[in-house]
Amino acid sequence: MQKSLATRFTLTDIFIYILGGSIIALVVVGSIATLATGLYGPRQWIDFTITGLTLGSIYSLIALGYTLVYGILRMINFAHSEVFMSGPLTAYFLADAMGKSGYLDENPVLGISLIFILAIAVSTIVAVLVERIAYRPLRGAPRLVPLITAIGASFFLQYAFRGFFGPNFKVYPEMAILKGALVLGDLKMSYIQILVIVAAMLMMLGLNLFVQYSKTGKAMRAVAEDKETAALMGINVDRIIVTTFMLGGALAGAAGVLYALVYTQVQFTMGFVPGIKAFTAAVLGGIGNIPGAMLGGLFLGVVESLGPTLFLEGLQVPAPYQLRDAVAFVMLVLILIFRPAGILGERLTEKKA
Amino acid sequence: MNPAMLNVTPRAKFAPAIRVGALGGIIIVFMGMIGMLETFSKRQIIFGVLDMGHLIIFVVFYLTAYFALKRPHGQVERSQQGRWHGGVAGLVNAASLVVLAIILTILPAIRNVFVNMTPALLELITFEKGLAVGSILLLIAGAGLGAFVGYYFYRPNPILRELLFTISLVLLIGLLQDLLRVTFQYIPFLSAILFETSGLSLFGAALLFAIILGGFEQWRRRGDGWKARYNALPTPKRKQYSRTLFGFLIAVVLLLPWILGLFFSEILVNVGLFVLMGLGLNIVVGFAGLLDLGYVAFFAIGAYTMGVLTTLSPEIAFHPGLNFWIILPFALVISVFGGIVLGVPVLRIRGDYLAIVTLGFGEIIRLLALSDALKPYFGGSRGIEAIPKPFIGPLELIGPQQMYYLVIIGCLIVAFIALRLKNSRLGRAWMAIREDEDVAQSMGIDLVKTKLLAFGIGASFAGIGGAIFASKLGTIYPHSFNLIISINVLALLIIGGMGNIPGVIIGSLVLVGLPELFREFEDYRLLVYGAVLVIMMLAKPEGLLPEARRAMELEEFRHTDDAVPPEGITGTLKNPGQA
Repeated sequence: MQKSLATRFTLTDIFIYILGGSIIALVVVGSIATLATGLYGPRQWIDFTITGLTLGSIYSLIALGYTLVYGILRMINFAHSEVFMSGPLTAYFLADAMGKSGYLDENPVLGISLIFILAIAVSTIVAVLVERIAYRPLRGAPRLVPLITAIGASFFLQYAFRGFFGPNFKVYPEMAILKGALVLGDLKMSYIQILVIVAAMLMMLGLNLFVQYSKTGKAMRAVAEDKETAALMGINVDRIIVTTFMLGGALAGAAGVLYALVYTQVQFTMGFVPGIKAFTAAVLGGIGNIPGAMLGGLFLGVVESLGPTLFLEGLQVPAPYQLRDAVAFVMLVLILIFRPAGILGERLTEKKA
Repeated sequence: MNPAMLNVTPRAKFAPAIRVGALGGIIIVFMGMIGMLETFSKRQIIFGVLDMGHLIIFVVFYLTAYFALKRPHGQVERSQQGRWHGGVAGLVNAASLVVLAIILTILPAIRNVFVNMTPALLELITFEKGLAVGSILLLIAGAGLGAFVGYYFYRPNPILRELLFTISLVLLIGLLQDLLRVTFQYIPFLSAILFETSGLSLFGAALLFAIILGGFEQWRRRGDGWKARYNALPTPKRKQYSRTLFGFLIAVVLLLPWILGLFFSEILVNVGLFVLMGLGLNIVVGFAGLLDLGYVAFFAIGAYTMGVLTTLSPEIAFHPGLNFWIILPFALVISVFGGIVLGVPVLRIRGDYLAIVTLGFGEIIRLLALSDALKPYFGGSRGIEAIPKPFIGPLELIGPQQMYYLVIIGCLIVAFIALRLKNSRLGRAWMAIREDEDVAQSMGIDLVKTKLLAFGIGASFAGIGGAIFASKLGTIYPHSFNLIISINVLALLIIGGMGNIPGVIIGSLVLVGLPELFREFEDYRLLVYGAVLVIMMLAKPEGLLPEARRAMELEEFRHTDDAVPPEGITGTLKNPGQA
């Protein structure tokens, strides 16, 4: 059945390929036209790329949460964007208090670490609670059921945090230590960007080592491969699932603080857009695939940052930066249509098929 | 008494009650922390006696005790011990509120973090009697209500039941005061004695209590006799009665906007629009099992088609200013087209991925409408203004009271189509796809055609809704078409019972109409939606009015505890995203 659909070349295929082809043509023509205008020099492009990498590393961290959970439970944890939001929103109060008392200036490293620790703790707790309350009782239910629960949990969390902390935007205090930038010729990176990229890289490295070499990590991979067999091998599947949610939550919490440092503002709706983009990143890299999520995030970040200007400016589209999110969504749709297994292929998904 | 319980230590015996009580406590403290109790306490139910915040506290006490007594398989503990179990659960529940009160008293600065933990909340939960007295009152209320519930289930007696029903009804009338006040506006005498500035008057409540209790009592004594007399009537006579009743109901439905006035007509029109969308999404999600989270896109397409083509505003580059009735079918065609165009690429995507892609589509449509790039055509963030109202002959459908009829007619037509489709060959094909795509295909169902028809027809219903929406409001903004609408429609489907047409109507009334009666509710609307989605999925995934076939599918999963996920609903995602 599956083969016959894949091998047959139907009207649908033609339609899809025309759609894809025209979008690619648009992108190519737009890029050439933009480059031909010469409005932007290498310096701007480097700037765009660095901004993209910064954003991309945050997406990667969030995407890991989606990918880890998907790898094990085969479900999209819609509430992950709220897990991401909960940490920095709660940690804001600590940051604000420390900023006002001057502690952040006196003892910046410890202060920032404390913010991270609090955010990570809150996000982890939220992730575990969601798993416990909304997902665990539904294991083995038809697929639509946990998906709807996840959507419900997502809205519930958003508005619960709105109720806790109020609906207004909260501005993270300025941190003296993160002001300024590193300049190397054409390359200019602010300290915040450096912090974000380095911290994200370190965390991803740590996660990779954990999943590859630790006993729990191996158990996680075993559960992702085959739950029943893993359980027969003496692995406590429920505990591994909780651990997975905790890992995803912790990464999301850290990503949230990084996001708050870059954009300085936090609010209860802040999770939605990064969440959906991180999901795109996870799909881009091949959902269930850990290195894939990392690469997917970086790639999406760069495309999103370069894309609107590069693709659309040359086509005389006014205010292309407004279409930044649309570029990301179009990419998501295109990937799911043309290569649902993602760029890095299906290391985990194929086995399960 | 259960013999197994004899050799259990007393502490262990009460452990479930304590656990349920603590859970209830978490819920009520949470409601306090997010400001729900305080917001609701502004609504009086019985003026000066009871407000909605306190009512919620009592209802939570009551439910806690009930769940503490509940045993698996839907039975309730009916023993003498029940009193103690219920009482303990209620006490623990109340104790958690006392803890909250203590925290609020000794740490008022907590308000700087949790914005809703205000002194007003403290006043509310301590009944404005100070911490000590208030706490004692709370504990008494919790334990008392809990013990009462336990006693009630131990010795259910008809008089007690009648009392409970009567009190609930009186409180319900108090809750629905806005609606009733408008209904009774032509009888000023009645509303003057029943209602205060907010809520029922004490006298009104007592009066209602007496009347309702009397009615129940009469019914208990003579109800069987009345039923017997009705059944003894000759059939034509009985038919005549039911026909009269039916005619009366139709008359009420037709006169509703004039009875209820402008504000409620507006709500009814909104409910109607959501019924239209719900019936459409019901075809896509309920019948065909394709979870579409970007459904609002078609609503937007319908609205923008109507907007662009009928507007008189010169700011839109292309504005032919055509007539509503010409554009209505055109909007339908365009949205069917939109449904198919968006449907073709996702034909091979299933389940979770489908949800995400459609969500992406919905957002793309909104972002395009919002962008400056298409501003000359769609008005950007300012939207489209000056969309004229439709005319029927010389009659302008100027306000919601007139629009109501248009929406009702639309709903009736669409409901009829949906009903006919459901049992048609196509409808059965959709349900087969919902159960298992691969099997459906091997049974000779053309997946491409069937799925595209689902997307197209589903989109057309939303398109009509959108077109009416545009001309009703006169102005449309891209912000009116965000993801929340899609979630809202999905939620009402799930509440009502997916795949079931009366379920859609009930769902819209509950989720769209009811919140309008509690305007304070606005801030917590999505919170409650989210909670309702989760709770429904955990407790009653088939919805309030389940469709028989779907209920069966879900039953299957419940009774086979360790079973593999059934292939139903969206089918297992074998190779993610690819059929």
